[in-house]
Amino acid sequence: MSSLLIAEHNNKEVKPFTLNAITAASQIDPDLHVLVLGHNSETVAKSISEIPNVKKVIHVDNEIYNNYIAENFTSAVVKHAENYSHIICSANTFGKNLMPRIAALLDISQVSDIIKVISADTFLRPIYAGNAFATVKSNDAKKCITIRPTSFEPAETSGGSAEIVKGDAGEQSNHTKFIKKEEIKSDRPELGTARIVISGGRGMQSGENFKLIQDVADKLNAAIGASRAAVDAGYITNDHQVGQTGKVVVPDLYIAVGISGAIQHLAGMKESKIIVAINKDGEAPIFSVADYGLEADLFDALPKFLAELNKLNTIQK
Amino acid sequence: MKILVAVKRVIDYNVQVRVKEDNTGVVTDNVKMSTNPPDDNAVEEAVKIKESGKAKEIVAITVGEEKAQETVRKALAVGADRGIHVKVDGVIEPLAVSKILQKIVDKEKPDLVFMGKQAIDDDCNQTGQMLAALLNWPQATFASKIEVKDKTLEVTREVDEGLETIEVNVPAIITCDLRLNEPRYASLPNIMKAKKKPIEQINAADLGIDTKPRIDQIKVEEPPKRKAGIKVANVEELVQKLKNEAKVI
Repeated sequence: MSSLLIAEHNNKEVKPFTLNAITAASQIDPDLHVLVLGHNSETVAKSISEIPNVKKVIHVDNEIYNNYIAENFTSAVVKHAENYSHIICSANTFGKNLMPRIAALLDISQVSDIIKVISADTFLRPIYAGNAFATVKSNDAKKCITIRPTSFEPAETSGGSAEIVKGDAGEQSNHTKFIKKEEIKSDRPELGTARIVISGGRGMQSGENFKLIQDVADKLNAAIGASRAAVDAGYITNDHQVGQTGKVVVPDLYIAVGISGAIQHLAGMKESKIIVAINKDGEAPIFSVADYGLEADLFDALPKFLAELNKLNTIQK
Repeated sequence: MKILVAVKRVIDYNVQVRVKEDNTGVVTDNVKMSTNPPDDNAVEEAVKIKESGKAKEIVAITVGEEKAQETVRKALAVGADRGIHVKVDGVIEPLAVSKILQKIVDKEKPDLVFMGKQAIDDDCNQTGQMLAALLNWPQATFASKIEVKDKTLEVTREVDEGLETIEVNVPAIITCDLRLNEPRYASLPNIMKAKKKPIEQINAADLGIDTKPRIDQIKVEEPPKRKAGIKVANVEELVQKLKNEAKVI
């Protein structure tokens, strides 16, 4: 049997986390089909057909998929689910919202947020905010799986030529209405996919002081993150939050500034390749996960850090 | 309106979770337990809606072992009117919980069901969406703002790109984000009063739901530890290490 992955897109482009999910899905079953539910979304179907890991694209184009409504998507996925062994999507707010609704209608106990494929029915997933890893085996005949995107490399996007077939739309729900989406725009790299992330915590003391973080971020072409304490204190908006209840990030370099390292923050960043902590409290738990710890007053250290970076002739972008 | 609020008993969020030596799970003996944090937000929101005059009754429900009742008692102390405890021992998966809640919804006929968006123990993030599917009700997940209108709710949702606003018809399921509100503490007089509020006990077996897990937990392990890092003396050394040793800048 084959696997069916549900793509996330904006009717123009595929969202990056779908590419990570495609990598995981093709480890589960190389015969991977992708379901594209959209409206005027031909370019999305075409670009997915060019992903070498994808064997077939099922494209359903209907105005009811102009905006993403979980109720409408569920009905279509259930309609197409019959011949598949696995139904898969990314474990971001898109997939977290959608997959359980599908699983319940198919009477499947879902396996959420996997970080490793052990076999077609056995997976590794973090529990307790990543403080433990569980190996779980699904005994349902058909499986519903969501993929933690940052645990898998994104799939190659060119070189493939999968067949695109038209699929039928599902029912439309008249109980849910999309009103608006307020996207937070930024020239910086996206937090979830940036190569370098620099985050500030309660130690920043104010929103204005985040300017110090911004200056370093500009220099390093880094995304800006924050601890929950900094968000709750109103220093920065919540789309910057890294942690169990915010975003999980796995950059090459994570710089934590004035962040003590609460369990829930560590859950969102401790898989980063290199971690730097700058904190004046030498006993702060953040130092226990840092590759390089600098015990210093951040108001002194950040300007110096920027000055040192400016001395380097080359900064990797 | 009548609101059903589902709460779950989990290891307290401030406890450093430890894996059992035999790798069968995590240590729960003599560990502080509390209500799952976003479930507190769900209770708070229901109480606020009742205080605004838009809801008449709040029923708090939990599914779990005997001690899970503590979470219902806590909800009663902050403003729920009565409680339901569906007793099940051992592991119970979100699919089974949602089937149990479906039976309770059929009986209680609430207009709204509130719960946290995710439990911080199994981190599944499934129950609300599953219940919505089984009931064929609309769902508004990860809610950070709820506006109760006549026969609809306008809900602002926390999504990856920012905020999304949707309108759902009542009856509906709402799963709550931590940012939705600031849960209140129960006052001592209200804790005393809550002891007199009724909690109905139901055995899951009597509801005719098969709660047997469909997923085997083969083993639970400590996540790989990061190797101990070093402290650098100053900013110069830090930049030098990042450049020449870690090679990340």
